[in-house]
Amino acid sequence: MTKTRNLYLIPYVAWMLLFVATPIVLIVYKSFFDVEGNLTLENFEKFLTPVYLKMTFNSFWYAFLITAFSLLVAYPTAYWLTRTKHKQLWLLLIIVPSWINLLLKTYAFIGLFGTYGFVNSMLEWVGIGTQQILFTDFSFVFVSVYIFIPFMILPIYNALEELNPSLIYAARDLGASPLKTFRRVVFPLTLGGVKAGCQAVFIPALSLFMITRLIAGNRVITLGTAIEQHFLVTQDWGMGSAIAVLLIIVMAIIMMMTGNRGARNSIR
Amino acid sequence: MKQLVRLFAGVFIIAIGLMYFTSYLNSSNGYSGGDTLTIYNWGDYIDPDVLAEFEEETGLKVIYQTFDSNEAMMTKIEQGGTTFDVSIPSEYAISKMKDEDLLLPIDHSLIPNLGNIDPRFMNLSFDPDNKYSIPYFWGTVGIIYNSELLGGKTFSSWNDLWSDDLRNQIMLVDGAREVMGFGLNSLNYSLNDTNEDHLQEAKRKLSNLTPNIKAIVGDEIKLLLAGEEAAVGIVWSGDASEIMGENDKLDYVIPEEGSNLWFDNMVIPKTARNLEGAHKFINFMLDPEIAARNAEYVGYSTPNAEALKLLPEEISQDERFYPDPEMTDKLEVYQNLGKRMLSHYNELFLEFKMHRK
Amino acid sequence: MRKNSKSAQLYLVIVFAILYAPILYLMYYSFNSSGTMHGFEGFTLEWYEEVFHDTRLLIIVLNTVVIALLSSAISTILGVIGAIAIQRVRRSRPRNTLLTMNNVLIVSPDVIIGASFLIFFTMIGIKLGFTSVLLSHIAFSVPIVVLMVLPKLQEMSPTLIDAAKDLGASGWGVLTKVIIPFIRPGIFAGFFMALTYSLDDFAVTFFVTGNGYSTLSVEIYSRARQGISPSINALSTLIFLFTIILVVGYYFLSQRGKSKPKWGAQQS
Repeated sequence: MTKTRNLYLIPYVAWMLLFVATPIVLIVYKSFFDVEGNLTLENFEKFLTPVYLKMTFNSFWYAFLITAFSLLVAYPTAYWLTRTKHKQLWLLLIIVPSWINLLLKTYAFIGLFGTYGFVNSMLEWVGIGTQQILFTDFSFVFVSVYIFIPFMILPIYNALEELNPSLIYAARDLGASPLKTFRRVVFPLTLGGVKAGCQAVFIPALSLFMITRLIAGNRVITLGTAIEQHFLVTQDWGMGSAIAVLLIIVMAIIMMMTGNRGARNSIR
Repeated sequence: MKQLVRLFAGVFIIAIGLMYFTSYLNSSNGYSGGDTLTIYNWGDYIDPDVLAEFEEETGLKVIYQTFDSNEAMMTKIEQGGTTFDVSIPSEYAISKMKDEDLLLPIDHSLIPNLGNIDPRFMNLSFDPDNKYSIPYFWGTVGIIYNSELLGGKTFSSWNDLWSDDLRNQIMLVDGAREVMGFGLNSLNYSLNDTNEDHLQEAKRKLSNLTPNIKAIVGDEIKLLLAGEEAAVGIVWSGDASEIMGENDKLDYVIPEEGSNLWFDNMVIPKTARNLEGAHKFINFMLDPEIAARNAEYVGYSTPNAEALKLLPEEISQDERFYPDPEMTDKLEVYQNLGKRMLSHYNELFLEFKMHRK
Repeated sequence: MRKNSKSAQLYLVIVFAILYAPILYLMYYSFNSSGTMHGFEGFTLEWYEEVFHDTRLLIIVLNTVVIALLSSAISTILGVIGAIAIQRVRRSRPRNTLLTMNNVLIVSPDVIIGASFLIFFTMIGIKLGFTSVLLSHIAFSVPIVVLMVLPKLQEMSPTLIDAAKDLGASGWGVLTKVIIPFIRPGIFAGFFMALTYSLDDFAVTFFVTGNGYSTLSVEIYSRARQGISPSINALSTLIFLFTIILVVGYYFLSQRGKSKPKWGAQQS
């Protein structure tokens, strides 16, 4: 047993050291330098100013909204998908749109949501009249949910698939209503999938960029946008790295917390 | 298990097959091998026919790679690992690259066509004696507006932007120097101002503009303005000419307080391998006939005096893109303010972006 | 099988409609003779012709496919090894450390991964191009595969392995005959996720590519300066149709494969 364990660890750990540890060390190292290349703690101090704190708050708020809406849409989708004929095919077809380049889809959304776009023509036709959709919080959250939804559906779908159907029959036989069956049996048993999905959405949502500019017109500025700006535009790699370091620490904390709970669940 | 092994074997075989096919395509099209010249330029910033003609004339195969910001380009060149022979950065990037020893000096004796350049655009502060860079295109920053959407309103001053009837109508380019620059200009300060009080004043004034701003965007501003998504935009003159080419309801103006004068110059980065080819290319691009064709295709203002004479009058006499000397005097080139000041500009711009109505 | 109600079906139809709306929009405008994404002027196949005459674009598409296939296959193998390795670490401290390490790359914004890989590759002297792009795609895909495979491994009851061992299976036998068949859905999910991430990635590739080597997303981003060019729309339409045919075809072929043994059993 011990021998095989070591064997599996060798390639994996070697890979991790090379491609995960080294970049992190490089980032941490960079975060202690200012624009002129002096060793300093200034970057971390700057993070504590209102601008960056507000940005952090915004990022968490929007990431929370995006995760919540993704879950709200994804759970019923996954649930009903498992009950269709050819469910594997439908699941694949949920993933396929994410293979089309993100920027192209974003441009398509600009077209769809624009003042003279498809959605507004529909609204006009229904009689609501033209609304500003592009460059609002709504469009930002909508497009983000659109991007992340497959990553939420997939784990929930897998969890639902593993659910033993006899449990549901049993609950029904014992006289539970469909709603009660769902609340007491189905949902608690698929909580693992829900958690995996939330992780897979929340974390990348914190560091979104690109669509903050294209869809939200820079009205929403997340930590990801700031990092991208510091690396690509202002060339202040130190500040960018400092934000990244803090972001990574926050992630590690979230992971540790949810990870531990997962372990406890499996023991129970 | 068997199915998995089959799947993975299939994937590897297909991938390797495709790799062979690609390398075959590469070599049959001359993209690999000796006589190549790698050009690193902005996307769609050269007439492809001109490139083809250059290849035909010199027998060199051009590998054309594109970047979308000066900073991304500098990062690539600084890190090395690639062989770019010619690149076309903007003037502030050139002075930065010069400071960081990323450029090779240009041998003027190999560029007989250099005399075609208007002396006004030579020997500027960012590169004295044009030791490292040769002008490619130039332009200004100004206001583009759609009077039809605004009931015939026109613009002449930066301060016109603060008007109450422009609520949610303005789009800005996502650039710290550009936005801070017009903030400073609107107060009649220089756009290279480093006085802290002036900068704070400009930032406060910009914050008052927030209700009028619809979005702060990148290159997609062209698409959005041409599609009448907003009525007013702050753009570079080159973008303005493209937008106006697509939608003739729009008009461009350089505000009377003055504005920015920018340059994109050809340089030879230190990563260059084919020095002879790089000089040949620069000289080729300065040929009056070639430069005129390129200017017509790209739509930016050419610094080439001989080429300007070849351009149709409706282009060369257009004061919006070739302003008269009186206006030109009010235009300023961005100076290299130093890294610390620049990052201060960026911080102020970020604060402005974070400011919500 | 329980069938979905009418309203559930309607819900799924709406979800699919929204998922495919931007793609249909792109496809529609790939036939626009004016070459823009607003205002349809007339029908043309001009842009498709342009795609087929553009060898450089073809090379880039092939590059993208090669990178996606190779990186997801290699990272699936590495990821499965990694997941088994993590699963075998019994003590929770080192296990959580490994998991956190694993998640760091998923967590960090693409720009940072890209920038740190750029520094890293130039530091150790790897020429920018195919190798550097492939390595970095593998690097960010491995953790995703691990995340997809790990839950499956955790579900597996240890008695299964013990039983196999008691029946005299070697370590290799246990792996190929017991573990891998059991975690197969996880492996597939991991492979497809890796494929998705690789096809979608822009920021990382953008940093680590060079010497004329380019992938589709990088090409699209640099062409997007002019607004999306119609030939890119046309190309995406072709790629999209090709994938759909591939996915549907693969699905029905594998369905037929599954039912074959049944017929055989009936005949004998």
